[in-house]
Amino acid sequence: MYTHQILVVGGGLAGCRAAVAAADLGANVAILSRVHPVRSHSGAAQGGINGALGTADPKDSPEAHTYFTIKGSDFLADQDAVQTMCQEAPSRIIEMEHWGAPFSRMEDGRIAQRPFGGAGFPRTCFSADKTGHVLMHTLFEQCLKRQVQVYEERHILSLVVDQDPKNPAARRARGVIALHMTEGKLESYRADAVIMATGGAGRIYRKTTNAHVNTGIGMALAYWKGAPLEDMEFVQFHPTGLFGTNILISEGARAEGGYLKNKDGERFMKRYAEKFMELAPRDIVARAIATEINEGRGYPGGYVHLDLTHVGRERIEERLPGIRDLSINFAGVDPVEAPIPIQPSHHYTMGGIACDINGTTPLPGLYACGETACVSVHGANRLGGNSLLETVVFGARAGAAAAQYAKANPTEANGKIFDAETQAAEKKIRGLGQGEATEDYAAIKTEMGNTMDDQVQVFRNEKDLRRALDKIRELKGRFPGVRLRRKGLRYNLDLIHILELEAMLDLAEVITLGALARTESRGSHSRTDHPTRDDTHWLKHTLATHTPQGPKLDYKPVTITQWKPEARVY
Amino acid sequence: MAAETQAKPAETQPTAAPAMQASTQAIVTFKIYRHEPTVEKTPHFQTYPVETRPGLTVLDALIHLLDTQDGSLAVRYSCRHAVCGSCAMDINGKNMLACQTQVARLGPEVTLRPLTGLPVVRDLVCDMTNFFRKYNLITPYLVNKTKDEKDLTREWLQSPRDRKKIDHEIGCIMCGCCEGACPVLWTDENYLGPSAIAKAWRFIADTRDEGIQERIGILDSQYGVWRCHTAFGCVEACPKNIPLTESIEKARRRIIRYRLRGK
Ligand SMILES: Cc1cc2nc3c(=O)[nH]c(=O)nc-3n(C[C@H](O)[C@H](O)[C@H](O)COP(=O)(O)OP(=O)(O)OC[C@H]3O[C@@H](n4cnc5c(N)ncnc54)[C@H](O)[C@@H]3O)c2cc1C
Ligand code: SF4
Ligand code: SF4
Ligand code: FES
Repeated sequence: MYTHQILVVGGGLAGCRAAVAAADLGANVAILSRVHPVRSHSGAAQGGINGALGTADPKDSPEAHTYFTIKGSDFLADQDAVQTMCQEAPSRIIEMEHWGAPFSRMEDGRIAQRPFGGAGFPRTCFSADKTGHVLMHTLFEQCLKRQVQVYEERHILSLVVDQDPKNPAARRARGVIALHMTEGKLESYRADAVIMATGGAGRIYRKTTNAHVNTGIGMALAYWKGAPLEDMEFVQFHPTGLFGTNILISEGARAEGGYLKNKDGERFMKRYAEKFMELAPRDIVARAIATEINEGRGYPGGYVHLDLTHVGRERIEERLPGIRDLSINFAGVDPVEAPIPIQPSHHYTMGGIACDINGTTPLPGLYACGETACVSVHGANRLGGNSLLETVVFGARAGAAAAQYAKANPTEANGKIFDAETQAAEKKIRGLGQGEATEDYAAIKTEMGNTMDDQVQVFRNEKDLRRALDKIRELKGRFPGVRLRRKGLRYNLDLIHILELEAMLDLAEVITLGALARTESRGSHSRTDHPTRDDTHWLKHTLATHTPQGPKLDYKPVTITQWKPEARVY
Repeated sequence: MAAETQAKPAETQPTAAPAMQASTQAIVTFKIYRHEPTVEKTPHFQTYPVETRPGLTVLDALIHLLDTQDGSLAVRYSCRHAVCGSCAMDINGKNMLACQTQVARLGPEVTLRPLTGLPVVRDLVCDMTNFFRKYNLITPYLVNKTKDEKDLTREWLQSPRDRKKIDHEIGCIMCGCCEGACPVLWTDENYLGPSAIAKAWRFIADTRDEGIQERIGILDSQYGVWRCHTAFGCVEACPKNIPLTESIEKARRRIIRYRLRGK
């Protein structure tokens, strides 16, 4: 049994920032992560991080950042949370700079900024097109500096919640059970507070820009233990995933002047967002591309072109070197010479574990931050560059809040609950090893991904969503027939993949059910059978709670401070 | 760590080579190193037929095998586009990233082993403990002694020219390809190695850093920069094209200057 005051699950930007904050308050903190922290998917972020530093345009302000974020969210974001994020953004970014993040600079030495979609001002700070990578390294370095204990290659199996049968109010997150992947054994981690920072759930879809480890399992583990999931039906499709592999081609490519063209060579964005063109928000650009493809103006197979050839070799090499490498290595196209084939791809999970601006969830002792959390600052559509920001702003806040909670609410060890949870995990693994398989893990995973890609996609309608829900429930029914093909626990990917699939199926159900219920179009959620936003009935957050019969949906109001919902025109 | 140093594998014939549909030419044979050192004395190779298609990477093929043919394979991966540094392995004798290597460019037989020189956890997964231990030795964070770190009103200035000085080194994804390709490391695993030195240089060359003193000891030690004999193995292996020997050379010049000037 390992014991720490604070246990952070996930070593991405959010997790590392939370650990740093907790350590700075003197808490004994550890990070537990499925992959080594620097290998987290935060490192894949290319484009940048938003903050109204006003270096590129002094007229920019945190208020403008707030307004454009709320508008971008299609008025579903909680406005107090957005205000907090945008106010704190400049400090958090400058802090990253002081900690060593090598941002790209302006001639006078200040941090450079580029324009991003729907932002109003050039507000995105960047390090060429490796922003996530350099921020990830910087924050991991700060963890090392503070001697934060890191348990890497640990896959968490369950969230341990202490439950007093006589007093249900005494429920409290107490730690986790994890699989030590390289040693192949189960371990118990006890803590006074647990911070969930396990990232997004992209792998529920097949066409996704997300890494293979982004399965959303942290969301599912919290959900199974009673924490509600918020706004899961809001899933961001990035306009420009590389055709074939869906590897991300950053919005930075359009920020540096890239054009979107259909097969007739037309810059079609003029028909969808006359003013912002290619730099309209993601949901709008993704729908534009999907429409072009659906109406036969895409290329065979379903893609359009992202043309950078006019941007010039020099600027591409300086500002977009990573994009160039990706196109050459993964699509065989050099963007200096030819346009890049792209299609909309699943990219970001706006929903997540419901929490407030301090990461506090309805389950005492459990905190959440980063993509796995829903604060909510992205509402129905996230603006590019706002989620790296979210990780550092709300990571810091969750770390600090958890540290305070842990200090105020220390608990003595209760070994029994850990023994019980370990036994349950062992039993589950044993069960997966017994008897003959009647179902194939990979087949279920593929069918789930295809269902989500085809029916819970950019454009949705009741018929598709019902079919998708039936399919997911069928797959859930088949899942118990899956069996392990390998028994030994050392680096047993088969086991991990099966456990992740179980989590993804439940999340897919929550997403689809929420999408079916929401009979309006808002941000990324576009219902062709309900094409307009309906503030009278749907200006509210979805909350999904786990029950043995499936997800139970409730709703809660959106916090509106000073920005009244208005039509969203770009 | 429980892992043991890589042993020489015995060339066993495939036992469980799964049958494939009789398809036309585009079948490539994957020979994969299999070993769990704590359980089996000796490693062996297992062969698998893999149907190729344009664009298929070695990692795609491995995931396909894992999903459809052999759930027992161990391989480390995550991002699938050369940013997370997980999937470094020895592919036909060279250390490369599986996700960045097209099967079509490799010929009819693809031999996969774990990174040369590193201990093995299982199959293609090696133990990176020593790699990260050495990285820890170089004080791997920006050291600031004179500026007010708590003043968050404005950034510390850095000109684009100064920023450019660390452009290459900040790209390191800690994959270990270079580590496995360095002949010095084959004989002495305590040599800091190219990536840790480049990382040290990334900080030393950063105009905001004041940590030369903290780093000079280890860099100028018997495990430091002088061990490199500029064999370029690392540069050739680095998937991020980091000019490691140049970084090492710059670090050397800086050490000499430090010796002369005491700072
Ligand atoms: C390709 C790409 C590009 C992007 N570019 C941008 C951009 O330019 N700007 C921007 O603002 N946003 C961008 N985003 C979004 C942004 O990168 C992410 O939302 C953000 O990095 C998420 O950080 P995180 O810390 O929440 O999660 P992650 O970085 O995904 O980290 C999750 C952590 O959880 C751990 N974990 C997962 N499962 C388990 C388990 N079972 N047990 C233990 N640990 C587990 C993992 O090991 C990992 O350490 C991009 C996203 C993608 C996919
Ligand atoms: S150049 Fe130096 S560090 Fe690189 S492989 Fe050769 S000896 Fe090793
Ligand atoms: S220097 Fe290159 S080869 Fe070495 S770890 Fe870094 S990225 Fe990999
Ligand atoms: S899978 Fe991330 S580098 Fe290959």
